[in-house]
Amino acid sequence: MRVGVLALQGAFREHLLMLGSLGVDPLKVTKSDHLDAIDALILPGGESSAMVRIAAGTDLFATLRERMTGGLPVFGTCAGLILLADRLSDDSLGGYDRLGGLDITVARNAYGRQRESFTTPLTVHGLTEPVDGTFIRAPQILDLGPDTEVLARHDGMPVLVRQGQVWGASFHPELGTDRRVHAEFLHRHGAAV
Amino acid sequence: MTETQTLLNTGLAQMLKGGVIMDVVNEEQARIAEAAGASAVMALERVPADIRAQGGVARMSDPDLIDSIISAVSVPVMAKARIGHFVEAQILETLGVDYIDESEVLSPADYVNHIDKSVFKVPFVCGATNLGEALRRITEGASMIRSKGEAGTGDVSEAMRHLRTINSEIRALGAKSEDELYVAAKEIAAPYHLVKQVASLGRLPVVTFVAGGIATPADAAMMMQLGADGVFVGSGIFKSGNPEARAKAIVEATTHFDDPQAVAKASRALGDAMVGINVADVPAPHRLAERGW
Repeated sequence: MRVGVLALQGAFREHLLMLGSLGVDPLKVTKSDHLDAIDALILPGGESSAMVRIAAGTDLFATLRERMTGGLPVFGTCAGLILLADRLSDDSLGGYDRLGGLDITVARNAYGRQRESFTTPLTVHGLTEPVDGTFIRAPQILDLGPDTEVLARHDGMPVLVRQGQVWGASFHPELGTDRRVHAEFLHRHGAAV
Repeated sequence: MTETQTLLNTGLAQMLKGGVIMDVVNEEQARIAEAAGASAVMALERVPADIRAQGGVARMSDPDLIDSIISAVSVPVMAKARIGHFVEAQILETLGVDYIDESEVLSPADYVNHIDKSVFKVPFVCGATNLGEALRRITEGASMIRSKGEAGTGDVSEAMRHLRTINSEIRALGAKSEDELYVAAKEIAAPYHLVKQVASLGRLPVVTFVAGGIATPADAAMMMQLGADGVFVGSGIFKSGNPEARAKAIVEATTHFDDPQAVAKASRALGDAMVGINVADVPAPHRLAERGW
């Protein structure tokens, strides 16, 4: 299985390392051509406002949306969740193309500035032991549609969701050494990890 | 510092990687930087080129200015404290800045000690000209390192020298046997456990950006090809002929640094680059990189 990591900006190296350690073949994705070679894609944390602007004027997001319609499994973490959200609560990314695919409303930076960043144990559907969730200037999922399944919550709010083959997390499963969230995503979409 | 705090502090730096952090002196510049795709902005009163030209003591920016920039943009906001000025750092922490730069661009407040960064909740980035200096800053609690370069010159040669120095010192450590690392630690005046970690990782244990003299898309791409995690651009953008276009172009070149065609495309139609000053023409007492130790 070949898993791409969107590498426009942000913590793509951490995802690539984690995928490599899970025994899948990771690939940096910066152009639409790179999408031909992958069986799943991760959208990393970083600055969503930088990512949408770097992607603007290229065919990357349009091509990726076609692949997603065709069933490509995609997992967005933090900034990646913002790219996947069908709706944002403010217009701070106004006018810039995103991906959509998750029927949710997201508020950017709603968990606060850096001094409010935190870690907390999360009970994740399908995993027996809790995962330490790392929230860094994290986005918050404010509401979700009927087809969106909640896989983990913090303080009652969803922080890990999936809709079909599209997954999104407010936190950073790529930071630290716990590979279970990545493994769960890949496992549910056909990888032998 | 607790393990959790270290994870959060170094974690934000991971999110900035592959990006460009731009110096801005007002809300309008902050919006231009964000619109160009900056991964963060550095709020300050004067860009280094003006600090250099105007002289005088350079200090932390006015809190009102920092507040206004924080409310103008959605990307992380950094701000500078003087070397050793722990109260400026306390003030910046209360303002809610996302990263503090303990910076040689400002006039040092203490010529002996740097700030004890481990007692703060807000993360710090510090400059370094060589591996020992970088590891001493990490020991004091820095969560991110930037090579210093020579700020406010638009001359990339010092940035190049500092990054190459750090990289080659790291490679040299990797070639040493375990028992030689004790003396290596003594020689570069850095703690043994960090020296050992660097030798096994083959890189610094924190995110490493480049700063000081980056003025063109090609400068940024060159630093990325040499292994930088991202770039700081100070005077290079807002002292150029067309800041909007140049900011965007440097972001493009930083993302597509290993694609010369993309960097060539980003280098077109940018107007004049900052005029700059050759580092060789800056008398030694006025070289900012020599502040800090």
